[in-house]
Amino acid sequence: MQDNSSPFKLAIIGFGAVGQGVARVVQSVPHLEVVAIADSKGVALTPDLEDVLARKRKGKSIANSDLTALDVIRTVDHDVVVEVTPTNIENGEPGLTHFREALKNKRNVVTSNKGPLVAAFGELTELARAQGVALRYEATVGGAMPIINLIRDTLAGTQVLGIRGVLNGTCNYILTRMAEEALEYDQVLSEAQDMGIAEADPTYDVAGIDTACKVVILANAFFNRQVTFADVNVIGIEQITQDALQLARQRGFMVKLIGDVQELTVAPKLIPLGHPLNVSGTLNAASILTDTAGEITVAGKGAGSIETASAILSDILSLMRERD
Amino acid sequence: MRISMDLELKDTPGQLIHVLTPVSALGGNVLSIVHHHDKKTFRNTVPVYVIFDIEEHKLEELQEGLEKNGVTVVRIGKMRLRERAHILLIGHIIHTDLRQTIDTIDSTGFAEVQDLSLSMPAIDGPSSAIVTIMATGNEELKTSIALLKEIAERKDLLVIVPIDEGGLSGGQNNAG
Repeated sequence: MQDNSSPFKLAIIGFGAVGQGVARVVQSVPHLEVVAIADSKGVALTPDLEDVLARKRKGKSIANSDLTALDVIRTVDHDVVVEVTPTNIENGEPGLTHFREALKNKRNVVTSNKGPLVAAFGELTELARAQGVALRYEATVGGAMPIINLIRDTLAGTQVLGIRGVLNGTCNYILTRMAEEALEYDQVLSEAQDMGIAEADPTYDVAGIDTACKVVILANAFFNRQVTFADVNVIGIEQITQDALQLARQRGFMVKLIGDVQELTVAPKLIPLGHPLNVSGTLNAASILTDTAGEITVAGKGAGSIETASAILSDILSLMRERD
Repeated sequence: MRISMDLELKDTPGQLIHVLTPVSALGGNVLSIVHHHDKKTFRNTVPVYVIFDIEEHKLEELQEGLEKNGVTVVRIGKMRLRERAHILLIGHIIHTDLRQTIDTIDSTGFAEVQDLSLSMPAIDGPSSAIVTIMATGNEELKTSIALLKEIAERKDLLVIVPIDEGGLSGGQNNAG
């Protein structure tokens, strides 16, 4: 046990929207210290957070050293690697290497990056266990909506029988707008791209890949499975017509893209209008079926820089409490 | 009215005609027949399960006709279509023979397509339809949804089923 007045030290690896969100939210927390920030171009050591955020906004380099992200993980003294590089579902890199190096160097990992967990969940959790450090990934599923820690901590003692939900805000936004405004898919997609809700290449979201990654993470975490992306049967939302949504609405249904963890499926489903999973806009929602607590449904903001950072912060704070 | 009957037939060839003749003579329409050859009774008869539509007031006459033919009537059940579900279909619904898709469901004997709304925006574009299936019970509903799904997927249609069909709570909550 360490002296609990000593600061809890973080390195932020990856400085896109989520990394910047983390830099903002940790500033208000006492005893938390960011010792390094790495983006794809360089590393800032003992950064002044306001200054680094301002530089990033202006498109300037944040680097003040010659170190690389891996150098930081290996050599700079810190407790937690906040790994928030972009998700790569092909091979998990560069995140996977960062995860492995962090765990080998006995550093806790807190992440929003799904890639490494989808590619090598079993290996990484085993490595963390063997090294006596934690791997926390609340921010990978549902953004600000609590689900992983909710099941692990609050629902400890119940057996989880099933989890399913609306796990991608982009798809939910598109389907909601199509149904409510009677607009066609292509039109709403362009609108979502203009608003920054959908990527220029929207495939990762609209083809159901992102939802499938979340299904994989939850299946491995709570159903003792060893599954990867290839094990999930995935149907996206690209074929859905505005007419179909109107026909469904006339009979009291909405269409939502549902990830089902137990079934390992991602598919659009008809949801009765009054159903708890019928959330609109970019919201996410998940229902957890348990043996003793029945069905529990949570909803919240599934994406966004500050929202995702809030989930990362909750993981960091829980590690800090465990240290103290 | 839709009727299900448990019958017992002698285990010799050509017995089924003794069931079919009285049903059709009274204007009935047989939907499904299942022989349980593997479940022969100690009386050396074969259990047969039949489903057919017939006018209700002719039931008594039918039962007499069957028994006259040497068919044992073990049980008569009046089937009602109680469970309902809506299913969305998207794709080239018409070109892939909608009629056959509906007939396959209707011919199960325990489920039927009760309603279908279709929307066709453009000649070459995909059409959308919502199909209402009614079935005698929850299991039958699930079976017929699975059947529709199988046919539609073979025809390259996107099938969107209700969330509680085979969902978390086993479909008891809200199938339609």
